[in-house]
Amino acid sequence: MAHPSVAPVSGPAIKVPAVEIPTIPLLQLGTWVVFYGLLAMLAIFFVSADQGAISLPAGNAVHEWVHDARHLLGYPCH
Amino acid sequence: MSKVNPGRKPALTPAAFLVRGLVAGLLAGLVAFGVAFALGEPHVDHAIGLEEAAAEHLTPEEVAAEEAAAAEPGMVEISRENQKSFGLLTGTAAVGTALGGLTALAAAAVVGRLGRLSARGSTLLVAGIGFVAVALVPFVKYPATPPAVGDPETISDRTAEYFALVLISVLAAIGAVVVGRRLLGRFDGVDAGLIAAGGFVAVVSAAGLLLPSVNEVGAFPADLLWQFRRSSILTLASLWATIAVILTVLVGRLHDAVTADAQRRALAAGL
Repeated sequence: MAHPSVAPVSGPAIKVPAVEIPTIPLLQLGTWVVFYGLLAMLAIFFVSADQGAISLPAGNAVHEWVHDARHLLGYPCH
Repeated sequence: MSKVNPGRKPALTPAAFLVRGLVAGLLAGLVAFGVAFALGEPHVDHAIGLEEAAAEHLTPEEVAAEEAAAAEPGMVEISRENQKSFGLLTGTAAVGTALGGLTALAAAAVVGRLGRLSARGSTLLVAGIGFVAVALVPFVKYPATPPAVGDPETISDRTAEYFALVLISVLAAIGAVVVGRRLLGRFDGVDAGLIAAGGFVAVVSAAGLLLPSVNEVGAFPADLLWQFRRSSILTLASLWATIAVILTVLVGRLHDAVTADAQRRALAAGL
């Protein structure tokens, strides 16, 4: 990357094993981040906040079912 | 993993990272369930016992209001046995899997881009940053509260403030990684990381000072509160530690396979 370039050493070239780690193009990754990110946030929403501050669906079944996880994972519960 | 598999070319792709993150996250959810059940549930039960003891002193009007609320459509009663076993497991597994996948995609973004840090080192760093930014920083400002603590009237505000801090903390962490990477040309890798970490601490400290505080503990026993909170942060730490270890191993092995494959191909092309 931005490493200072080193003058080539004279003499027989020693083949240095390539330590270059392949990277993933960020544009290609972006699609995955958007779609998976929405899915992950939906899952986290149901465990962390549903039927507390916002209710989808109405009632308390989701809240009651994940009640202990909400407390112990540190989310505001009630 | 490192066996020769002629039909498939191992590759570092978003899907390969995501699958490994989901596996690591699900396992992390199971580990966190074990820790939460063993360390946290005794304190949750204790707190619920205090809540029920307090409920015996309610006035007849308050009891009537609670019974009316419980009789509304959609209201259910779930036994403590189900809440502390299958309910807790559902929550930790869902959150663990979700966070494992997100951590893996974040690792996919930085592997190969953090100077000379290896794929394993980068993945471990990302999971460590994840624990600090997603779990530890919000916990320091808004620590977990057991049942019987917290005013139901303020749940909307507290939820909004909690997630606002999570958002600020995650954005500050991403910013710190971007800045740290820019500093790599001028500073040694560790120095660049320390400067970036200092910036992160400054941003989340400012956010913590600006966001409102919550003072709703009341007369809840201090020992029990501490024990509950300690079990909560240990649950979160076990979740993130499992994601970190398993994802680092899986990504490292994938990277080894990709490197070995590339070297084999380069050798074959040179023959």
